[in-house]
Formats: sequence, structure tokens, C-alpha cells
Amino acid sequence: MTPTTRLCVNGETVDVAASEDTPLLTVLRDELGLVGSRFGCGQGLCGACFVLLDGVAVPSCQTPVSQASASSGVVTVEGLPEGGTPHPVQAALLEGQAAQCGFCISGIVVRAAALLSTNPAPSADEVAEALEHNLCRCGVQRRIIDAVVSAGSAR
Amino acid sequence: MTATPEVSAPQHVVANPALGTWMSVADGSVVVQVGKVELGQGILTALAQIAADALELPVTAVRMRAAHTADGPDEGLTAGSLSVLQAGPALRHVGAVVRALTGGPGGDLSSYVARIAGLDPATDLRAVTPAAPARASAVGRSEARLDLPDKVLGRPRYLADLRPEGLRHGRVLRPAVPGATLADLAHVDLPGVKVVRDGSFVGVVGPRESDVDTALARLAAAATWSDGSSLPDEDDLSAWLRSGPHEEIAVLDEGGPVTPTHHASYSKPFLAHASIAPSCAMARWTTGQTGDRLHVWSHSQGIHALRDAITSALGLGEGVVTVEHVENAGCYGHNAADDAAFDAVLLARATPGSPVLTRWSRSDELTWGPLSPPMTATLGADLVGGRIRGWSHDVWSLGHTSRPGYAGAPGLLAAGHRADPSPVPPPTDPPLAAGGGTTRNSVPIYAVGPRRVTGHRRTMTPLRTSAMRALGAYLNVFAIESFMDELALSAGADPVAFRLAHLDDPRAAHVVRRAADLGGWGRPLPDDTGRGIGFARYKDKGAWCAVVAEVAVDHEVRVRRLTVVADLGLVVNPDGARNQLEGGATQATSWTTTERVRFDRRRITSDDWETYPILGFAAAPLVSVELVDSAAPSVGAGEAAQGPTAAAIANAVHHALGVRVRDLPLNADAVVRAIESTE
Ligand code: FES
Ligand code: FES
Repeated sequence: MTPTTRLCVNGETVDVAASEDTPLLTVLRDELGLVGSRFGCGQGLCGACFVLLDGVAVPSCQTPVSQASASSGVVTVEGLPEGGTPHPVQAALLEGQAAQCGFCISGIVVRAAALLSTNPAPSADEVAEALEHNLCRCGVQRRIIDAVVSAGSAR
Repeated sequence: MTATPEVSAPQHVVANPALGTWMSVADGSVVVQVGKVELGQGILTALAQIAADALELPVTAVRMRAAHTADGPDEGLTAGSLSVLQAGPALRHVGAVVRALTGGPGGDLSSYVARIAGLDPATDLRAVTPAAPARASAVGRSEARLDLPDKVLGRPRYLADLRPEGLRHGRVLRPAVPGATLADLAHVDLPGVKVVRDGSFVGVVGPRESDVDTALARLAAAATWSDGSSLPDEDDLSAWLRSGPHEEIAVLDEGGPVTPTHHASYSKPFLAHASIAPSCAMARWTTGQTGDRLHVWSHSQGIHALRDAITSALGLGEGVVTVEHVENAGCYGHNAADDAAFDAVLLARATPGSPVLTRWSRSDELTWGPLSPPMTATLGADLVGGRIRGWSHDVWSLGHTSRPGYAGAPGLLAAGHRADPSPVPPPTDPPLAAGGGTTRNSVPIYAVGPRRVTGHRRTMTPLRTSAMRALGAYLNVFAIESFMDELALSAGADPVAFRLAHLDDPRAAHVVRRAADLGGWGRPLPDDTGRGIGFARYKDKGAWCAVVAEVAVDHEVRVRRLTVVADLGLVVNPDGARNQLEGGATQATSWTTTERVRFDRRRITSDDWETYPILGFAAAPLVSVELVDSAAPSVGAGEAAQGPTAAAIANAVHHALGVRVRDLPLNADAVVRAIESTE
């Protein structure tokens, strides 16, 4: 019998059937159907699976569901828009067409949202530094940095 | 339907002559289907713009449907920067035929769409005289990408996001080292999953992803593999490439110099595609009264070739296999997409009725996917009175394609591991007429007197190689453009002036001049910083692209700024083209300064993002792009900047420090070695 774990995701309390060492990413994607957090490496090295845990961006592929359960809550890329309005980072990325394949983008949105919550108007260097653990293979780094900077200064 | 062709139709219409293959109507929208696939390059948006104009409809009235072998057009591969060139004219023709048959968009939108819906899908597009070309309205505008909202808002969009009823997850256990076969698989109790074995192919299928992952780890521990192939010395790849056996590729012989006064050799290592998502596929095998049916969801660049390869690998009848395209992370050539599809097929065959979603691991993606081949080139030239008078170019490489079906075999990884194997043949090269592989861009665009250009493809390799963005053009342009700088130095000339003095092509000269102007050519720079230029016309008949790089060298090689000027002919979506050039130049910066597949004599050791690092955010250069205003036929942007960027960086490093790095990657170690070798 698979044990049940209770956690709070995007403001909702959910019970999931998963052993406590199951990666949070697997639970989000397979049990909860929240596929916006992407699997890129499963090793904590690419950032495609970043979610907010207690407001901090963490790789959900390396976060056991038990840890998520002990936190005050998980926010995924799907939980960032407010009242149907995209998060400012999402709006700025769309405005700047700052993506190609977009596979890296969910994790970048999550990391950049965490940055803006502590540093509302970051410089390009600060954004680049914050995105140090996100990888983008399509070479969109500069457009992404510019978009996040503009999301900050637009506030 | 029988029809005598009356009108001259574009090539892709001749190959796919039925209207219904390209266009239909659903829910009040015109659904356009092409054979080209979205890789993150924005092709579906650009083609929607072309289709909308051709139909005289707003882009919002057009919906793009992903490529599908059962009912969409076969447009070959999505590769070689040819998509707009090939699919564009086809869509213009289809739209013009639709306007001819319906009378065009008079009246309100819904009545026009209804008239389109009323057309016979079997209409032969070759037999109808098309209406006059429509005016460009969407074409030339930077329309927002149709696929980006899903991607930025985190909606399901990618292959791994498919969640059909009854979904099973699959994983495959790859051999421990290349060339190894499975000697023994000890029995392990694996509840909740099914193990599939066929020779050295071992896979596992189950309803829960965590169970299949656990099972895979236990199977790995239970497997004993034979010794594999021995790999070459990673520090002496150039000698290995030159040692043969080779297939010679005679590109050009105008009696170029045999013992030129100036010569130099350049090289690049194996590179990995390193897509951010591992390859993935889904397959469902159903057995019914009408026989077997196999449906495959894949991010392949060539779904029709993949369908044929699967059909032949399994000896299936025609019409059994259908492949449809679903997006995955960006792919820059022939990566493991096709292999993952065949993995999914083998697992789905063992679990009939269930869709099986099979995803590779990050490590398999970096070590088992086809690699970009290592290359080395020796260039020679005679200089007379400051001008080049004779040129030779010899390039050694492994083959640049092992795509499914390319060498007359399925060419699917797992097919070579089965009990009744169909081994993956050695990589080859696309024909010269298609741009070649090893020799792509090996003929200099400059007026250099008599030329001799020869390719030497090493035919034996223990590591599979295939197409990656720009193919051989990356190394050949890096070599030619580095050599041009070396010759300019010998001639005592400025590198830009030296190039212009050898260029007869005005479109070429224009992009070189513009890039130099915009890139601040000749203006002062801080210490340890240099500026360099690189230029090429991709495939000799594609985009003209010049890049000026500004590079600072301290304890690292930092590419600070790239100025890109490109002449792409008529640009369908300017912002999309800029995005492609920015991305191409940034990715090439990563290849050039950072990347190298590492291996020992048995296995590839660069199997994660720490051992195969790619350029991060802080190191990404500022890139500015200028597109030349032009109404000439469109050529693609995706592969134009790679070679010029590499050369511009190397030339900038030479400008900064006075040392020449000819072997990539151009990192701090390479600079130190180059300094030591001049001391
Ligand atoms: S998938 Fe979690 S960091 Fe890469
Ligand atoms: S947009 Fe493709 S990896 Fe970033």
C-alpha cells in the first residue's frame, strides 16, 4: 500500500499517494497533473524543474515529497499568475518573445519570480547571477535577462 | 482523381498534390498542416503568416496543426535552414488555389471559411490555375510566436506532458559502454513493472514512473555486459581522424597549390546536442481485426523517414505505422529523438493497447545520442604582393549524418541491440548538392586564385556521429576565417580590408562592412580585450552572415559582445529571425569556448551538466543583430552564425593577446597552451 502524503500546492491542500522519498517533481507531474515543472536532468543541475518551497526556488527533482510536506507550501509555475493575469515575469517574457523551445522557461520564471520578491528591481548582472543554476540551450540567455529586468522596472 | 498537370507547382505541392493534405476547416478556423516541425525556431508561426497571406486571412483565423504521417504532407526533414524556402512556396500555391476556387475572401470571414470548408479535399493542387499572388500583410511583421504562451505559462505542450488514459511509463537500460553486449541479466523481482528483453535491449514498463525508475536501477545492477569497443585518445583526435580509412570527397580542383607557402591546421572536438530535455517518445500498439496498428508520438525532425525506418526494422506492412510530431526541447540536428521513438515502440509492442511514454535519462542523452563529429582541417595559401594566389583546404571528419534510413538501414539505436540486430551503419554525409557534411562551406567565398578542396571522411568510428546545426560548416568556416586573419597579418593588412579586397560578391561585402561599422572596428579597446571578425555565406547559397566579437581574456575567455549582420533575403518574421541569429551565435559561443565531449578509452565520461558544461547566463554575450533589408528569396537564419561566431572569437583572442588558438574549445587552458608554444 502506498502511503499518503499531505502537502500544499499553489494554495490548495492535497493528499497524494507517494512514498516519502518520491521526488516532488514526480508527484507534481504524475499525481497532480502539474506538468509545467519540467524534467531536464533529475540531478538538480539544470533548473527546468524549479518550484518555490517556502518562497525559495529549489529543484523539485531533488526535493523529496516529505520535505515539501513539511514546508508551508509549494508554488509551481502554474501557481504564479494571479487572478488569471500572468506573473510580471511571464508577461515580460512574452512581450520580449524571450524563448525558443521554451523548455527551460518554467524554471526560469520560478527563479526570477523569487528574485523579484526579494529584489524588486534587479540589474542585468543580478538577474544573470540569480539564473546561475538555470540552463538554456537555445541561447536565449540575453533576451531572458532583459525581460526579467524589464519585469522588475515595470513594477 | 486523375488530372493532367497544367500549372507549374512548387516541389512540395507536386509531392503532396491533394488540397486536404495541407488544409481543412475545423471549429471555424482554417487548419493548416505542414510537414515541417516546430523545434523552438518559430517555424509554425512563420508558416502561419505565409499561409494567412496566401489565403488573404488574418493570422488569427489560421490554426497550425503538427506534422502527421497519416494525413499531412511529407516535406522531408526539418533541417538545413530550408523550411521557409520549401514550405513557403507550397503554402503560397495552396492559398492561391483556394482563392481561385472560392473566389477569395469577399463577404464576411465566416462565409469565406465556409466556402473553404466546402472544397473537395481531393482537389489536385497541380490542376488548378492559382489566383494571382496575394499582397504581403502578415509576412514581414514580427508576429508573436503562437507556441510561446503555453511554454511561458507552464501549460502542457511537450511530449513528456502527454497523459492519455491508461498511460504506461517506459525506460531502457543502455549497455554499460559503447559496443558492449548483454552477457547476463540476473533475475530480480520487480513488482509492478514488466521487463522487456530482446537480445541486448532491456527495457521496463509500468504504470508508475517511480516504479520504473527503481526497476531500471535494479536491472542495471543485475546486468553483466561484455567489453565494448575501444575509443580513440581524446587528446589526439586529429591524428586519429587523419589515420583513416577514409572515403575521399573531391569538392574542387583547379590546380590549387600542393606546397603552399602559408599553412595552418584547425580542429574541433566531439560535441553533444545537449538539449535541455532528454529525448522522449510515446507509442501505442494495438491489435485488432484489421491487423496491427502502431501509433508513435515523436519529436523527430523527419517523421516520415522515422515511420519508414520503424516499418522496415520490424518488417511491418505499409500503412501500419503512423507517426505524429509533438514538441520537445530544442533540438539542433539529429539527436536521440528517433532512437527514443523506437525504444517506445519496442516497449509498446510488449504491452499491447497501452500508450507507453519512454524518456531517456540525462546521462543517456549526453552519452548515447548521436554526437557532432570531431574535425580537423589543414589550409594552405600562397600570398603574392599582399593578395592570395592559390588556396588549398583539406578537411578530415567523421560522417555528419546517421539519420534513419540514410544509409539504407533503419539506423535506430535499439535496432542494433536486438537479438536479431539491424546495426546502425557508419555515419555518412549528405550529398554535395545538399550542402555536403564534412565539406560544407569548405570552398572559400573569396577570390583566391586556383583552389583545391578535398574532404576525407573517416569511415570507422566506435562513437556514432550525426548532424548538428551547420554540420561541417562550423569547423570549415572557423578554419577559413581564422586563416584569412593569419594571412592578413602576413600581408600586413587590416583583416576587414583584406577580406573586402578578396570579395567580389556585393551582398557579402555589405554584411562585412556593416558588421565592422556596427561592431566598432578600429576603435580603441581596454587592455586584454580584442575584436575579431568572421564571415560566411552558409552552404554557399544561403544566408550571408558576418559577426564581430569583442572578447576579454583574463583568467577566462569572456565573449562580451557579438555584433551580427545577416542578409536573409525577404524576412517573414524579423523578430523571429533575430531570435534565431542571437540564439545561434550564443550557442556557438558555448561550443567554441566551453564544450567538449570527454571520454576515456572505454566510455564517454561527460555524462551530466557538470562534466558537459554549457554557457550559463552570466557568461552569455550581449548580441545585437541587424538584418539587411531585402526582397530577394528567403533563406534560413538558424545555421548562419555558428562558423562566423567561432572565427570572430578566435580572431578577437588573437587581437587581444597576439596568440592564435587553432584547436577548440577556446578556453583558458587553450590560451595558456598557445602562449607557451610561442615562447
Ligand atoms: S530536472 Fe531538476 S534540476 Fe534538472
Ligand atoms: S529556450 Fe530552449 S532551452 Fe531555453
